[in-house]
Amino acid sequence: MKPNLTYLAGAALALGLAAPAIAQDEPLQVGFVYVGSIGDLGWTYEHDQSRLAVEEHFGDAVETTYVENVPEGADAERVMTQMVLNGADLIFTTSFGYMDATNAVAARFPEVYFEHATGYRRDHPNVSTYSARFYEGRAVIGHIAGHMTESNIVGYIASYPIPEVIRGINSAYLHAREVNPDVEFRVVWVYTWFDPAQEADAAQALIDQGADVIMQHTDSTAPMTVAAEAEVVAFGQASDMEQFAPFPRVASIIDNWAPYYIARTQAVMDGTWESVDTWDGIAPGMVELGEFSERIPEDVRASAQALADSIADGSYHPFTGPINRQDGTVWLVEGEVADDGTLAGMDFYVEGITGEIPN
Amino acid sequence: MMGIDPVTLIVALIGASTPILLAAIGELVVEKSGVLNLGVEGMMIVGAVSGFIIAINTGSPWLGFAAGAVGGAGLSLIFALLTQYLLSNQVATGLALTLFGLGLSSLMGEAYTGINPPLTPDLFPQALRDIPVAGPILFGHDLVIYLSVLLVAGVWYALRHTRMGLILRAVGESHDAAHALGYKVIRIRICAILFGGACAGLGGAYLSLVRVPSWTEGMTAGAGWIALAIVVFASWKPWRALIGAYLFGGIAALQLRLQAAEINIPVMFLDMSPYLVTIIVLVIISSDRGRAALNAPAALGKVFHASG
Repeated sequence: MKPNLTYLAGAALALGLAAPAIAQDEPLQVGFVYVGSIGDLGWTYEHDQSRLAVEEHFGDAVETTYVENVPEGADAERVMTQMVLNGADLIFTTSFGYMDATNAVAARFPEVYFEHATGYRRDHPNVSTYSARFYEGRAVIGHIAGHMTESNIVGYIASYPIPEVIRGINSAYLHAREVNPDVEFRVVWVYTWFDPAQEADAAQALIDQGADVIMQHTDSTAPMTVAAEAEVVAFGQASDMEQFAPFPRVASIIDNWAPYYIARTQAVMDGTWESVDTWDGIAPGMVELGEFSERIPEDVRASAQALADSIADGSYHPFTGPINRQDGTVWLVEGEVADDGTLAGMDFYVEGITGEIPN
Repeated sequence: MMGIDPVTLIVALIGASTPILLAAIGELVVEKSGVLNLGVEGMMIVGAVSGFIIAINTGSPWLGFAAGAVGGAGLSLIFALLTQYLLSNQVATGLALTLFGLGLSSLMGEAYTGINPPLTPDLFPQALRDIPVAGPILFGHDLVIYLSVLLVAGVWYALRHTRMGLILRAVGESHDAAHALGYKVIRIRICAILFGGACAGLGGAYLSLVRVPSWTEGMTAGAGWIALAIVVFASWKPWRALIGAYLFGGIAALQLRLQAAEINIPVMFLDMSPYLVTIIVLVIISSDRGRAALNAPAALGKVFHASG
């Protein structure tokens, strides 16, 4: 399962013992900790693609290692410690649940740099956090969904009721309703990031309830296969899922971590690395939109592209008032734009969504 | 607010339950022979990947199902050799088998992610399936689903009404007595283990070829453990295993539909309920009188060594 780690462990050990004098020429060691398998064709797959991009960009100047399927908990701390002992200079920990472990290991190894995805704790000067503004992509696919649905019911497979997921539902809903005032969202919470059978069942349940567009915030392609059979619209999540194009996959949100990973690796090489909090969206290319399929009417493709462009150039923010909370109270007044603090902690639905967020 | 269509619910629950039903009925036979194999999860996932690989390469879902059964049985053979000939601890060996199966399957399936398997056809013609209510429920399935129900009936009949079943139960109740009577305890147990492995593998193949249908690492996601719980829940009775599996599958399908229909009941509690029932059954079973009443094979998990 971890062949290259074992191999590099030996290599790093050999280098460390035999050649302290040529330390200048040693390649920079970059480690990656993954929550899923690199074959999930979703979240972890994209992180690994970006790891490969780092290797390609730097060639012999960088060596990378990864460990997949690392549980969020004490085991993660062990894996990270092992990576440091094997000589890692920079470690990317790619799931929210690694937050405590990342900070704990960072405290013990102040000379190693840590990058934690989707977290918010930077307890030590050698920890950075980074995430993507996925809600910008959700706005665009919500726009497409609003146009594409004929039953006016959009099914949404949600993982856990955390701000990241709730933000996505709100963003997609607002932009679907903008083009289709009759649209309804049905949200099913599956309490997992990755369980193909459960995700497939959830998709089927939503289709049985009349949904003709399926959105997902889980990592597997299982909802796509159900959508293909039922001939309803679906969207790629985290990765392009292009094998389901042009239908049922009509568009997708792609996480592209490569520019960030390359920039941060370069910063370590240059000695300019410092602790930062990065939250990038469509403009810097951290969130990408997959090709719009020809199954989307041409005018909708154009308007979706225009929406994406306006988000990218900063002229439009997906959460621009007037927006009310679900209970009818005012959240944003006319023209007001949501601040990052509220977005980061979003725990409420916007007005119009009929379900309840489980607690 | 929309209601829930009971017909689609029943269709969904039958599909959702079939993998765990197949694994459970196999494990039931294994445990009836006095062997506790905790490697169901591992055998299922190896069956899932073997079935998937063969179905992709041959284009035939039926060969895929057969390969799934062979794959599961193959893995169980390791367990059989270790526990029956080398007399290793069954619990530890079973757990190791699950870990081994999960690793092996991701190695085998590395090149097979993101591919769609050949479609498994429904058994009955469209005209029968179009009959309102009864059509989708009774005729709207593929062969494996009918096979799983036939398998339950077959196991029930064999255990209860045949000489073979009687011998199997004798081995499971008291291997020393069965041995004294001249029955080949180890050989019988190995056959039971292989049968259990084949059933678990078939259940896994159903997951990767019909339910999901695609191959992803770790896709069984705990289904094997639920199958083990169902055997206890069913107190080792085949028809109760069917009810148990449909209950588990039914609750899973129902809670998703309740959410989709925006009927607000606490889904967490509904999700918990089958496990709660299993825990209660386990508590009852742990008292000795209860154990007998609940039908647990007396020699379950005990190592047999023909000495003297």
